[in-house]
Amino acid sequence: MILGKVVGTVWATRKDEELVGMKFQIVKHLDLDYKVKDTFVVAVDTVQAGVGDVVLLCSGSSARQTALTKNKPVDAVIMAIVDKIDIAD
Amino acid sequence: MFFAEIIGTVWATRKDENLKSFKLQFIQPINGKREKTGDPIIAVDTVGAGVGETVMYITAREAVIPLPVAMAPVDASIVGIVDRIDVMK
Repeated sequence: MILGKVVGTVWATRKDEELVGMKFQIVKHLDLDYKVKDTFVVAVDTVQAGVGDVVLLCSGSSARQTALTKNKPVDAVIMAIVDKIDIAD
Repeated sequence: MFFAEIIGTVWATRKDENLKSFKLQFIQPINGKREKTGDPIIAVDTVGAGVGETVMYITAREAVIPLPVAMAPVDASIVGIVDRIDVMK
């Protein structure tokens, strides 16, 4: 998993039928100092995260391992909202 | 399987149902000479490793296999604590 920050939402009316009802968020990648990187990914939100939240992103086929995304055409999910990170010096 | 050093811990109260009770660790991938390779990632700890320890981890869909649940959005998990690495020069 990697750290990300939710920066926006994607609306798409015409999409794969399997994706109906899912919320898509634009998530920018973060480094350890919470600094936003230039790269981003569109991820399905399974934990009701909002814009500004720091989240954990799971990608690849593991993204299909949630109740919401099982057997769905999804390759990135937000699976946790980060409260705090402790980094050793 | 890859080597990594544990550099910190992630706290997330709101997360996927199947991830409750798992510990999330920040790991820095390293090579056989203990040099850093790539950016840190977050992995589920299945062996009770602590900050500063060198561990082995697996990625992708296989990362769910060591967990005691059938399905979880996990793309990296720690599966062993490394005691020693012997590498030929």
